Amino acid sequence: MTAMFYIAAVVAVLSTLMVVTRHNLVHALLYLVVSLFAVAVVFYALGAPFVAALEVIVYAGAIMMLFLFAVMLLNVSAESPIRMRRAWLGPAILVAVLLAEVIYGITRQSQALGGVEVGPQAVSKALYGPYVLGVELASMLLLAALIGARHIAARARDEEEAAESMERRRAKTAGRTRPAEPDLAAQQTLSAEEGDA
Amino acid sequence: MLGLLWLIPALPAAGFVLLMLLNRRLSRPAAAWIGAGSVGLSALVALIVCGSFIVSPPAGDSYHQVLWTWFDVAGFAPTIGFYLDAVSVLWVLVITFVGFLIHLYSTEHMEHDEGFTRFFMYLNLFVASMLVLVLADNMLLLYLGWEGVGLCSYLLISFWQKDPQNVYSGRKAFIVTRVGDTALIAGLFLLFTQLRTLQIQPMLAAAQHSFVPGSAVAVAAALLILGGAVGKSAQVPLQTWLPDAMAGPSPVSALIHAATMVTAGVYLIARTNVLFTLAPDARLVVAIVGTVTLLIAGFSALVQHDLKRALAYSTISQIGYMFLALGVSGWEAGVFHFMTHAFFKALLFLAAGVIIEALADEHDIFKMGGLVRELPAVFWTFTIGAAALAALPFVTDGFYSKDLIIATSLGSVDGSLWFYVGSLVGAFITALYSFRLVFLVFFGERHTEVTRRPRWRQLVPLYALATLSIVGGLVWMPGWVSGFHPLEDFLDTALPQLDLTSRYAAFADGTGGAFVTILIVAVGIGIAWLLWIPWRKSTHAFSESPAVRPLAAYWLGGWGFDWVYERVFVRPVKWFAHAARNDLVDYVVGGIAWLNVAAWRALSAGQTGRLRAYVAVAGFGIVLVLAVVVLR
Amino acid sequence: MASVSLDHALVLAAILFAIGFAGLLTRRNLIVMLACIEIMLNAAGLAFVAAGARWGQADGQVMFLFVLAMAAAEVAVGLALAIRFRQSLKSLDIDDADEMKG
Repeated sequence: MTAMFYIAAVVAVLSTLMVVTRHNLVHALLYLVVSLFAVAVVFYALGAPFVAALEVIVYAGAIMMLFLFAVMLLNVSAESPIRMRRAWLGPAILVAVLLAEVIYGITRQSQALGGVEVGPQAVSKALYGPYVLGVELASMLLLAALIGARHIAARARDEEEAAESMERRRAKTAGRTRPAEPDLAAQQTLSAEEGDA
Repeated sequence: MLGLLWLIPALPAAGFVLLMLLNRRLSRPAAAWIGAGSVGLSALVALIVCGSFIVSPPAGDSYHQVLWTWFDVAGFAPTIGFYLDAVSVLWVLVITFVGFLIHLYSTEHMEHDEGFTRFFMYLNLFVASMLVLVLADNMLLLYLGWEGVGLCSYLLISFWQKDPQNVYSGRKAFIVTRVGDTALIAGLFLLFTQLRTLQIQPMLAAAQHSFVPGSAVAVAAALLILGGAVGKSAQVPLQTWLPDAMAGPSPVSALIHAATMVTAGVYLIARTNVLFTLAPDARLVVAIVGTVTLLIAGFSALVQHDLKRALAYSTISQIGYMFLALGVSGWEAGVFHFMTHAFFKALLFLAAGVIIEALADEHDIFKMGGLVRELPAVFWTFTIGAAALAALPFVTDGFYSKDLIIATSLGSVDGSLWFYVGSLVGAFITALYSFRLVFLVFFGERHTEVTRRPRWRQLVPLYALATLSIVGGLVWMPGWVSGFHPLEDFLDTALPQLDLTSRYAAFADGTGGAFVTILIVAVGIGIAWLLWIPWRKSTHAFSESPAVRPLAAYWLGGWGFDWVYERVFVRPVKWFAHAARNDLVDYVVGGIAWLNVAAWRALSAGQTGRLRAYVAVAGFGIVLVLAVVVLR
Repeated sequence: MASVSLDHALVLAAILFAIGFAGLLTRRNLIVMLACIEIMLNAAGLAFVAAGARWGQADGQVMFLFVLAMAAAEVAVGLALAIRFRQSLKSLDIDDADEMKG
């Protein structure tokens, strides 16, 4: 168990470092998936199989997929590597200090873990017992997020369409027909519709 | 007859009001008639009133006429009242007669000036104020007249106001005399708090009663009054304004800065002689001031090349003689010299005005010369005036009054050898510079042509004043000549007698002292003739030589008084006014606003709009908080 | 099985959090910044689970669940906003959105 913990911990740290330093966006996100997997193993090593499963299913599964879809939708290009090197110094110092403080605060007292496995049954009992209100609130939160995200994204599409129709009108009144223009407009409306779905 | 006293100041005042109201609508002849006529009528009334006073003196040798009570506050009730005694009779006669002659002169002298009516308006106001000053029965009314003449002096010095230099001269005169005026009003406060009244005769009686002779309060009061007198009469240390006051027209210089206003200080001290008798230290200061001034101004007059500036320094010097006389308790001698000086100095200034006009506004005596044949009337009258100034023996009135002062400076119980020697040296210098003027202006080769000649309205005053300069001294013959001294007897009714009882009195008051005076004057005139007639070229060369030139320049600049005042007073005040030109409280208020804006700018600089910066700041905050928590 | 010590788990959480924070401060791409936020949330959740495992109770896991739900909601809205961001500013560089400066 402990060996599994430490190996998974190392993997998690290394892959998180990769996430943060890759300038290819998709690579970074994939490294994040790896990191999440490693953390799931850590959860299992700590005796929490339920959240380990949840980590994989929800976090690595749903949320990261959402990220990847968004990336594909937005057609993102990479950042330039040169600017990135100089920008690390300040944050590195700040974070190092922060880390030192937290570790100092943690390690003042050393405690062993119980080593007991807390399975899904116990979790569910807790969820539907004392924490049922929290569950309800969490579901309302998710509903709000769902509706909000839909609206925000839909507004985006509406505005884009409005901008395109403006351009088309301008092209017409200008008197000169640009053969490329209508095709581009049609293409954009097509992609917007796809995004909507 | 004496009841007409109030008309004397009222007539010129009415002239002033009339000229002020009708200013633009008056033609020149009308303005001249009103301006000169009001003073002429006043002179006539003065003749009647003073004549009746002299011929049949009223009881107590004084006449008091109260017009109304000025105001009444908590028991302090000064009146608008006039007090006539021997001293004020003398002053009134001089002011009205010499004033009238000068007004007559001005009708011709100023005839081409565009401010003709304004000129007479100011002159009338001046004469009215001066008459109020000398006739006032209480110190507050006297101070009213005092301020009035100061105002008119300023207005008239800067009469040609288009040239800013003239206005600066007027301003300088006003400010310097203001220093004296402040001392005077402080003295009035002191006198009122000690004696509870400012009516002159009751006040002096109370002073005699309650002031201990030689006590601090008596000396302080006397010194403060001296301060006021020093300012108005242009004595050291407040003499710097008078030479610059020559920026005004010549009639102004004649009337205000020779005959009347500058003698207001002499009048003041003569009026309050009781206070000075009670304060021997103050008397000593008066005499020292007089002696120092007469010497300093005499040397300065010797090197001037502006005709009117030379006469201005001469005025300062002669008033120094009057102060010297007053300081050694020679009250009557000082008053006598005032009278003679008014005649010959007004004459000199009026003649100078004619000369300057004749030579088309040329003031420099080295550019004059050869005018004996061109302006004979002016030559004779000017020479008579200069002779009176130099105290030419027996034939001029200046001799009698100056000799009396010289005798008093040694023979009076307060006299001393120092004063005697000083006054003799001064007499020598006076003879020297007055005939220097005569010889340089009228003799030698002509440098400037005569373009304008005087006519009767300018010449008649010159003749009249020249006559007075000759016969004016005969009213007080010295003891060793004859016993005819009606003026002395007349003044004895109002002033303490001359107390010539020092151990040199016999010599001073007798033929011995007179002989010394005559000798000095004669030698002075003789040397002046030598230096500027046959030896003129070598005199010029001598004054230009490198050894003498700095000394001459130093005397020319008035012994450096202006230089010192400029650096000690004027520049610091100007600097301070400039530094404080923004309200200092503004700095505080503005500072608060500035602080706010600076803080806003600093805080705005932190709003970069970039999310990462904000996150970094939040992270820094977390680090700090954790540090506090973890390290506890 | 031998048990893992609590501080090691917490230290792991701290390290992951720190890395995520550093990435948030450094990267300019909006999507990557959102990913770094996810890393931080994940690290916090790890701390909760470790704490719960210390006492052998389910509360830690329950907290992690709530954190998870919240992270999901936040990502959804965040990505929708990223789409709007991209649309109006034509790039995903966070430094381009500095109209609130001054």
